[in-house]
Amino acid sequence: MFDLEILDLFRAMPGSVAQGLIWGIMAIGVFITYKILNFADLTVDGTLGLGGAVAVMLILAGCPPYLVLIASFISGILAGLITGVLHTLLGIPDILAGILTQIALYSINLNIMGKSNQAVSVDQYDLVVSLRYISEAIMVGVIFLIIIIALLYWYFGTEQGYTIRCTGCNENMSRAQGISTGKAKVIGLALSNGLVGLSGALIAQYQGNADVNMGRGAIVIGLAAVIIGEVIGTAIFGKYMNFALKLLFAAIGAIIYYLVITFVLWLGLPSDNMKLFSAIVVALFLAVPYLKNKYNTSFAKAAKKGAE
Amino acid sequence: MLEIKNICKTFNKGTVNEKVALRGVSLTLNDGDFVTVIGGNGAGKSTMLNAVAGVWPIDSGSILLDGVNVAGLPEHKRAKYLGRVFQDPMNGTAATMEIQENLAIAVRRGKSRTLRPGITKKEKQQFKEMLKQLDLGLEDRMTSKVGLLSGGQRQALTLLMATIQKPKLLLLDEHTAALDPKTAAKVLELSDKIIAENQLTAMMVTHNMNDAITHGNRLVMMSEGQIVLDIGGEEKKKLTVEDLLQKFEQVSGEKFANDQALLS
Repeated sequence: MFDLEILDLFRAMPGSVAQGLIWGIMAIGVFITYKILNFADLTVDGTLGLGGAVAVMLILAGCPPYLVLIASFISGILAGLITGVLHTLLGIPDILAGILTQIALYSINLNIMGKSNQAVSVDQYDLVVSLRYISEAIMVGVIFLIIIIALLYWYFGTEQGYTIRCTGCNENMSRAQGISTGKAKVIGLALSNGLVGLSGALIAQYQGNADVNMGRGAIVIGLAAVIIGEVIGTAIFGKYMNFALKLLFAAIGAIIYYLVITFVLWLGLPSDNMKLFSAIVVALFLAVPYLKNKYNTSFAKAAKKGAE
Repeated sequence: MLEIKNICKTFNKGTVNEKVALRGVSLTLNDGDFVTVIGGNGAGKSTMLNAVAGVWPIDSGSILLDGVNVAGLPEHKRAKYLGRVFQDPMNGTAATMEIQENLAIAVRRGKSRTLRPGITKKEKQQFKEMLKQLDLGLEDRMTSKVGLLSGGQRQALTLLMATIQKPKLLLLDEHTAALDPKTAAKVLELSDKIIAENQLTAMMVTHNMNDAITHGNRLVMMSEGQIVLDIGGEEKKKLTVEDLLQKFEQVSGEKFANDQALLS
């Protein structure tokens, strides 16, 4: 009996890897806003659904599943532009600007799909990825990630890429050096959400449907991936973590996240509790570095040292 | 050449926190002028610099750089003409980026930033030579993150970034105030050298009367949002701290109450 259960776990693993790879594209999008631009962008939850909705409806309308990915990418860019404009031109704080776009996208996604869920069957359409063909899905995911990481590595090494990194680091200095920080933020948000939209399109094809709730909590998964990836990447490469590796580890973080999820589901945790579990994991990973630092340099310790 | 004509600025207009910061300031800098700006807390020194830099729009007046009114240009567009160093060493550089990347960003100030490489091999060579001139050993740490540098090193780097393309005007906003005396003296010396070598027009705000007297060819004193003293030429060369204090009392009718300026 026990042996069978372990086999179940191993059987579920390739699926988790495939899922992690596809969600890894979203994680890289989150990395751009959260890590490079220093912008907590909550648009993501809406954008993922948008990418999925656009993809499924276009496939149902007869568009080739590959081309659909471009449409979803562009729809994500538009979502990012809206958050960017709300923040830079209308002065709405970053988190709030993202929430506003996210909530607006819920209605928009419903309008696009006409109902809360639309299915595409891999039997009827030649989908790019599907959970029916997991090894293919893994290959496609890897290829997409390699291309995306290579392109972003190039882009953030250009003059324009520098402006985004610089804006995320020091806005005053950026303006003093002639950088339009508003423009840099809008470009960064657009790029990030474009990737999230693309990821949403692949997720919808992989699972065979788009759901208006598919993006709920996506930002938490994205943050979990980015943070887990960073912790593990730094543990392995230390100060040799370059930009490409950082992007790669955001995606690896997503894979690890899904492997862990599969593991705890296998342990018997009810799937209703998954989001609770995700939140706890992210909270832990965010808190550990802080607590570690606090433990190393605490007032209590200082008092003890002084008394010796 | 910089011409400031009758600029006014009031912060938080119409609220209880209303503060009139500049009351019709006019000042003309000739090419090659190095003006030190001194005054008590809240006199409007930094506000005047920020007005020129375009940190926020002024209420009235005009700011002409080489005859062109730049008062309508936002900060990042005005940056093309200006080099700036701030009081806080953290402010002038991007801490998470490499030394050479910071310089590459500064070299492109005022130019359109495209999809060309953010830094080229040739530039790396040039930066190495420039950093050697600073004599701080930074030429061997080109790929270090700027966050690892000390305050003095960061200010020296910011100075280099501000002048890597010859600006029409260099704005130094108490750029040594956060440094220890020895480092402050070094950074000031470097500022003097860079200004002289490149024949820059510069404005330096300082709290330190001695520095204000010993540096530059002109001294401007501000009080309550106005310029109350403007000393240049031979008179500036012979100026002492006592003279300055006396003159301040004459024009403002009160004692120059600023311990930091007196003690240092």
